[in-house]
Formats: sequence, structure tokens, C-alpha cells
Amino acid sequence: MSRRALRRVAWAAGIALALLLPALLPAWRSQMALLWVMIVFALTWDLLGGQMGYNSFGNVLFFGVGMYACVLVQRDAGLGYFAGLFLGSAAGALLSVALAALLGSGILGLRGHYFAIGTLGLGIAAGELAGGWDLVGAGGGMVPPLYPGEVGGRETFFYYLCLALAALTLPVLARLYKSRFGLVLNAIRDDEDKAEAMGLRTTRYKTTAWCICAFFLGLSGGAVGNLLGFIDPREVAFAGATFGVWMVLMAILGGKGTLWGPVLGAVVFHLTKELFWAWLLGWQRVALGLLIVVIVVFFPVGILGWAREKWPGRSGQRVEEVGPSAAK
Amino acid sequence: MDNLRLLIDAPLLGVQLLLDGILIGAIFALSAYGMALVWGVMGLINVAQGELVMLGGYAAFFLYRAGIHPLFAVPLAGAALFLFGWVLYRSVIFRVVDKDLFISILATFGLSILLQQLANTLFGADVRTAESGLGTLFLFGGAVTVSQIKLVAFAAALLTGAFLVLFLRRTRMGQAIRATAQNARAARVMGVDTGAVYAWTFALNAAICGASGALVAMTWVVHPYLGLPYTVRSFMIVIVAGMGNVAAVLGAALGLGAAENFAGFIFGAEYQAAFVFLLLVAILVWRRFWLARERKVLR
Repeated sequence: MSRRALRRVAWAAGIALALLLPALLPAWRSQMALLWVMIVFALTWDLLGGQMGYNSFGNVLFFGVGMYACVLVQRDAGLGYFAGLFLGSAAGALLSVALAALLGSGILGLRGHYFAIGTLGLGIAAGELAGGWDLVGAGGGMVPPLYPGEVGGRETFFYYLCLALAALTLPVLARLYKSRFGLVLNAIRDDEDKAEAMGLRTTRYKTTAWCICAFFLGLSGGAVGNLLGFIDPREVAFAGATFGVWMVLMAILGGKGTLWGPVLGAVVFHLTKELFWAWLLGWQRVALGLLIVVIVVFFPVGILGWAREKWPGRSGQRVEEVGPSAAK
Repeated sequence: MDNLRLLIDAPLLGVQLLLDGILIGAIFALSAYGMALVWGVMGLINVAQGELVMLGGYAAFFLYRAGIHPLFAVPLAGAALFLFGWVLYRSVIFRVVDKDLFISILATFGLSILLQQLANTLFGADVRTAESGLGTLFLFGGAVTVSQIKLVAFAAALLTGAFLVLFLRRTRMGQAIRATAQNARAARVMGVDTGAVYAWTFALNAAICGASGALVAMTWVVHPYLGLPYTVRSFMIVIVAGMGNVAAVLGAALGLGAAENFAGFIFGAEYQAAFVFLLLVAILVWRRFWLARERKVLR
């Protein structure tokens, strides 16, 4: 079989598997729905962190904003369940994008570690604000409306919703990375001052990239809020210590700055986590901290980065020399 | 905003808040100075700074429970954290020192989660304090109260800071640390063992964080999650004051303490943490626009 036919078969098998998974493993539907969300997390983080060299610790901000906006619309708009969910997700995505555009010129003007720590502060501040605001349930959180269908239908529905979201994110980003826009992002990563000197309006590109990232994260926020059935300001919506760090970790584990690396990292990380988490008996978060340190210290190139170093010719894509030095 | 009117009606309340804030501020100054030291010498932003403060607090708490007066626990906690910092450097930090800044930020962020969760699992999520048994001072006929332990902690913080400055100025190791901060490569050429200097610097930083944590345990409370706000405060103070300027660090820290106290009173205590993090963002963004006017970027 030619290489192209092989690739087609692999794609078809992957799509069939993704569609049939809820029927094959019905007990794991919500975990697998979260797997697709994790892929979206890693992909959107990598848009800034890997491709543009802006390592954000606060992308969870858009996830939380999307989640709150969606559930707020569902609660207060007085629509039917699906209309409310649709409108709420749209509102969440729009609000996230607006927020990214608003914050962009200020926050994205920060370089390197100032950006990293500034966004870290932003994410935590959002959680603290939501935790004190009575309209959104303050520290007690919110509960989205009940799914109207039969028992168990909710998991299946949100599985396919999250799958659709991931299936939307990947090709959009793949298109983007191949276009001029992707090249500009890489230019910003490699040397922002030079990119600016070449006449690129870097702040505008950076803000656009952040808006794209915020759009997908806002959408996923609404879906996850309804899937989990409960919103807590610090533990679910603006969960910097879990979702917020996982985003970074998954992208690095898979190989940042590549298209498939974050996907691979998200799958490996999520499967490992779901399979072994229960064995750790309360030590999960300690293990997570340890995992971050170990991965970052000993394996900063990621799976794809390692594979490229090992078999430079076989990786199919052009081998580009982008080391960690790119992220000054 | 009712509290704002209250503040205008009763100016003595403002004095109370200011005094409390300034007394907290000296403790912030300690961990900020440590962060500036590590940043300046090793080029590393230690996100686990607040966790070192937290561990110092727990060290003081356990010493207190073993029957030692909290004031004597301050140097002991410092010594314990010195050892801990040394071990941390030799096991993890030295691997990320000369990597790019993002790797070191992420690695120390992982350390921060690790330490915080370890403390949560081992010591429990309860709020602890080390009771000093000192009384309270009443000023202005009882309208303003100052617990004596806060005054003592203020003095102890200044003393620890002075001790550190003297160490850097007077000792051979302090001289080596300053030389490495100026130019690590030149220092190496001149025969300075920069690996040892880094280890000393990080351990010294851990020690003063430990001392400040012990002061926190005496004057307020310790719990596993107090770390990140201390890291963010230290970072803010260093950005505003710059590195290596002791007076500026102290001034910024006292100002931050007072500002935080006023904000906590005016907006309500539940927003005090949000205020700290938003202030960080505001300072960063403000500096970015201020530098952009001078055609510079914050690096």
C-alpha cells in the first residue's frame, strides 16, 4: 500500500473508533469526553506557547469565563435546554474572545517570564473574583440545568459535543499553521524584534492568536460545565492547579511547537491519569507536582521532539531547528 | 463601599490599617529580597518562594508544639530551611539554572504544587498558628491596637534583612555571590566555584524565607495554600523596586502591605487575594506601557 493510502486507512480507522467509542466503552463516556477537551486544551495552549513562544499560565481564564457565561445564560435566559446550551456556548465563546481582545494589547506586550507570571496572576485573580461574586454563586459555585433526555444520554451527548469541538479545533489550527499567519507566529517566537522590524504588526497578530485560543477554550468551558454538572470557581472553572497546569504539561509532554505533539501529549497524559489516578489514594496532586518537575527537568523536548531527534528523516515533516532557545 | 465612608469618618481606623499593613510589609520584604537575590545571582525566578515561606511557618509551628518559644523558632526555622534549600538545589534546581527561563519557571511552579500538596497531605489543611503569649499595645486611648508580637516580628524581619546584607557585604562567600551576580563567567575564570555559590544563594534564600515563614506563623496563621500569594507579592516588589536595592525593596514591601490592608478593608476580605493578583497584572501592564513610551520592552 502506498503511503497515502495507508494514511487514509489510518484516518478512517481513527474516525470510526472515535465515533464508536461510547458504544464500546459506555462506562467511560465522560472520561473520554474529557479526553477530547484535554486535546483542545493542549492544542490551544500550544498555539501561543509552542508556535508563538508566549508561555501562558492563565489560559484557563477563558475556559472559566466560557463556562460561567454558558451556565449563566442557561439559568437566566429562560430558554429550552438545547437552545439555552447553544446560546450559552455562543455567549461564552464571544465573551472569551472579547476578553482576549481587550486584555491582549496590555498583557501580550509583556515578554517572556513577565508574560508567564502575569497570566498566572490573571487566572488566579479571575477565580478569586468569581469566588466572591454573588451573581455567579460566589464560593458555592453554580449548577447547570438538568439534561432533559433519558439517564445516561447526557454523557453520550456531551461526548459527541466534545468530539466535535476537538474535530473543529485541529483542522483550524492545522490550516493556520500552514498559512502566512502561522509563519508570522513562528517569526514572533524566533525573534520578535526582528519580526517587528520587518513591518509585521506583532501585537495585532498576537492578540488574534489569543482570541482564537480563547474562542475554543470558551466553547469547551460551556461543554465541560454541563458535563461535570457542577461549577466551582477555584476547583473547576478557574482551576489553575489542575486544568491550567495540565494544558502546559500536555503540550510539553507531546512536544511543543508541533501540530500533533499536543494531541499525543493529551492522550498519553489523560489515559495515564485516568488509569493510575485511583491507585494513588489521595496522593494524586503530589504526584502531579512531581510529574511536572520530572517532565520539565528531564524531558523538556517532549515525545515528538525526542522522536525527531532519534529519526530526523522519518518524521514526515520537514525537520526544523527550533530548540528551547526560541523561547527566550 | 460603605467601608470607605467609615474610613473617612474615623481617621484612626486608617491609622490602624496603615500600621498593620506596614508591620506585615516587613515580612513581605524578606521573601522579596530573597527572590531578588536568587533572580539576580542565578537568573532564576523561583515560583516556589511562597512554599518556602509556608514550610518555614510549619517548622516554627512544630517547634512551638515541641515547647520552644516561637521567637527562638525563627532562627531554627531559618536553619532548617537552609538545609532544605541546599537539598532542593542539589536535587532539582541545579538542573534548570542554565536552561531558559520558561523551563525554570515551570519547574519551580511544579515544585510549588508538589510542596503545597505534600504539606496538605502530611500536615492537613487546618489553619495553624504559633502562639507567642505576648500582649497587646493600646494607642490613642484604645482606638488603635497593636499586638506586641507584630512589633517584635517587624523588628525581627529588619534584623534578619540586616544580617543578610551584612553577610553579603562582609564575608568571603558573600563577596563570591556578588561577583557571580555581576558576571558569572568572569567569576568562574577568577576561580569562584559558581556551583557552590548557586547552592549557597538558593539555601540562603530558603533560610530567609523560612525565617519570614516563622514570623508569619507567630503573627498570623499558616496553612498549605498560603504560598502563591507570597510568591506573587515578592515578584511584584522585585519588579517595582529592582534588584539589589535594599531600601527600595523595603519601601515597596511596606507600601504593598499597607495597600493590601486598605484594599481588604474597603472591598471586603474575600477580595483581598484577588486584589493582590490584579495588582500584579496592573503593575506589569503599567510598566509595559511606561517602557513602550521610552521605546523599550520589559525583558
